[in-house]
Amino acid sequence: MARVALHNVTKQFHGGTLALDDLSLEIADGEFLILVGPSGCGKTTALRLIAGLEKATSGTIMIGDTAVNGVSPRDRDIAMVFQNYALYPHMTVYRNLGFGLRERRTPKREVDRRVREISTILGLDDLLKRRPAQLSGGQRQRVAMGRALVREPKAFLLDEPLSNLDAKLRVQMRAELKRLHAKLGITTIYVTHDQIEAMTLADRIVVMSAGQALQIGTPQEVFSRPANLFVAGFIGSPAMNMLRGRASARGSADTEITAGELRFTRPGVPAGEIVVGIRPECLAPAPADATHLPGPAQPTLDLEVDLVEPLGEQALVHGSVAGTAAHSGAEEEQSILAEPSSRAPVTAVFPAGSLPGPGDRVRVRVDPGRIYLFDAATGEAIW
Amino acid sequence: MTTQILTQTGRPAHEEEREAGRFLFSPWHLVLIPLAVVMLIPMAWMLVTSLETLNETRHFPPVLLPHTLAPGNYSAVLRQAPFARWFVNTMIVTVATVAGNLLFCSLAGYAFARIKFFGREVVFVLLLATLMIPFQVVMIPTFIIVKDLGLINTLNALIVPNLANAFGVFLLRQFFRTLPVELEEAARIDGASRLSVLFKIVLPLSGPVLATLAVITFLWTWNDFLWPLITIYTPNNMTLQLGLTTFQGTHQTATNLLMAANVMSMLPVLLLFFLAQKYFIRGIATSGLKG
Repeated sequence: MARVALHNVTKQFHGGTLALDDLSLEIADGEFLILVGPSGCGKTTALRLIAGLEKATSGTIMIGDTAVNGVSPRDRDIAMVFQNYALYPHMTVYRNLGFGLRERRTPKREVDRRVREISTILGLDDLLKRRPAQLSGGQRQRVAMGRALVREPKAFLLDEPLSNLDAKLRVQMRAELKRLHAKLGITTIYVTHDQIEAMTLADRIVVMSAGQALQIGTPQEVFSRPANLFVAGFIGSPAMNMLRGRASARGSADTEITAGELRFTRPGVPAGEIVVGIRPECLAPAPADATHLPGPAQPTLDLEVDLVEPLGEQALVHGSVAGTAAHSGAEEEQSILAEPSSRAPVTAVFPAGSLPGPGDRVRVRVDPGRIYLFDAATGEAIW
Repeated sequence: MTTQILTQTGRPAHEEEREAGRFLFSPWHLVLIPLAVVMLIPMAWMLVTSLETLNETRHFPPVLLPHTLAPGNYSAVLRQAPFARWFVNTMIVTVATVAGNLLFCSLAGYAFARIKFFGREVVFVLLLATLMIPFQVVMIPTFIIVKDLGLINTLNALIVPNLANAFGVFLLRQFFRTLPVELEEAARIDGASRLSVLFKIVLPLSGPVLATLAVITFLWTWNDFLWPLITIYTPNNMTLQLGLTTFQGTHQTATNLLMAANVMSMLPVLLLFFLAQKYFIRGIATSGLKG
C-alpha cells in the first residue's frame, strides 16, 4: 500500500481535447478517494493516467515515493477494476484470479494459496471452475475485484465498478465494497458519476468538471459547504433548488436578499447579483398559522405543485415558485417540458401523510440558516 | 474487399436462419441444384476415369460407367512415381507455411491493430496495396532472392517466401481491433508484457479468425503450382501439384493414372473442406478472394 499523488497533471489528447487541466491530488495511504463528476469531466482519464494506460502531457504522478510517469502499467504495482470488468472470457475464475500472480512469476503454491484466500473473502469458492460467461453480474463484479486484490497492490483503482449492476445489487455491492475497504485498508481511487456512491463510500470526494477539481473534501464538507454552484448542484439528491436573486445593502452590516418572493437578511454579503440555493430537504410544509406571518424571520414560498413522487416514508414534491431559475451547470439534462420563465422549478421533500396533489398551492417554509448563497457571476459560494 | 469481418465475433444471423430452414424448399434450389451438378460432374468424371483402363479413357464418347473396374491404377501410381514422397513434401510445405502465417501475421496484425508507432497507417496502406500486385509481377524478383539465398530446388524455396502475407495481416488486424481493449489493458496492469497479452489473451480469443486464415493458407499452399514449377526440378523435391504433371508426357498421357493421382492429392483438401467448411465460407466471404 502507498500514497498516490498527482502534481499539476495536464492531459491533452491528440485531437486537442483538454481532459485534465492542471490537476493536483494527494491520496493518503489507505484512503478511499472518489472522483465524481458528469461524463467527460476527466475523472476516468485521471484514473487511466494513474494506471499508466495514458501518458500525462505534463505534471508528475507519484505512487509511494517514486514518480511513475515513464513506468509501464505492469511495473506500477497497481490494480484496476474496469466498468465492464474485463474478465478474460477464455479462463476459469480460478485462472482469472491467478493471472496477475502467474505473470509475475509467483510460485505455483503461493498463487494457489492467495487465490483461495481471496476467493474465500469474496465468497467465490464455489465458482472457481466456472467461466465468466457462466456468472451473474454480481459474481463477475466480485471476480473482477478479486483479480485486483489478489496481487496485494499498492493502490486499487476502480472505474465505475457498480454501474453495470441493477439497482438492488448496486446498493448491496456498495456496502460490501465499503466493508472490504475497512478490512483491507488498501489505498483506493474510485471513479463514479453517481454522487450517492460518492457520498456513501468515500473518505474524501473530489468533485470534477472540465478536467479540474472543483472541490476536495469529506462527503459531509462537500455536501454542507459546497465551494461553488456546480458542486452544490451536483452533490445531493434530489438536486439543490436554485433561484436567481439580489443582495442589496441595508444598514451597516446586514444585507437584504431577495429572490422571487423570498426575502431575508444575512450579514456580510456583498451587494450584487446572486444565486440562492435551497436543498429540497430544507423545505417543509409551513404550519397553517404561519401563512399569516411571512417575514424575514421564517421566510416562506408559495409552491404550485405539479407532480408528487411518493417514496414511502417521504415524498418528492415537484412544483414551481415565483422567481427565475438558476442553473448550476451540473444538471444531467434539461427538463423536457419548458418551464414558464416567470416561475422557477422547485423540488421539496415532504414527510408522507397529508401530501398535496398536482395543481395544489402549498406554503413551504425555509430555514434561512440553511440557505446557500453564490455569486451569480463567478459561481463561488458566499459564506 | 468487404469489411464484414468486423462482425465476426458472433455467429452471423443468417447462419441461424439457415439452420432453422434446413429442410425447407426454396425456389433458389431450382438454380442451385443444377449449378451443383455442373460443379460435381468433373469430380465424378475424375473419379470414374481413375478407375478405368487406359483404353477406356481414350474412348469417344467418354465411358461414364467403366466395364471393368481397375483399382490397380492407384497402386500403379504409387509404384511408378515417388507419390508418397510428394505427399510428404506437400505436407511439410503446407504445415510450415500455415504455422508461419499464423505466427507472423498475428504479430504484424497485432502491431497494426494496437501498438501506436510512427507511420503506422501509411505502412498499413502500403501493405494492403501489395495485394493488388499480381504474383506474376513479383515472381522473378522473388526467384532471384530465393536463388541468392541458395534455396532453389529445396522445400525451403516454397516455405520461406510464403511465411507471411499481407492478406493474413489484414485479416487478423481487422479482427484484433474488434476485441475489447479493456481486456488487454487489464492484462497489462496484471503484469503481462505485449507479447504475453498477444499470446495469452488475444490469440486464445481469436480462434475462428485463426482457423479461417489457416484454412485459406492451407488451400493456397496445397494447390500452388506455378511457384513450385519454377523453383523445383528434382522429382524427389516436388510437391503433389508439380508431381501430377509428370504423368503428362509429351507424346502420351496416362489419363487414368493421372486421375488416380489427382483423386489422392485431393483427399486432404476434401477432408479439410468437410471439417472446416464454415471457415472456408467465412474466408472467401470476408476476403472477396477465391480459395
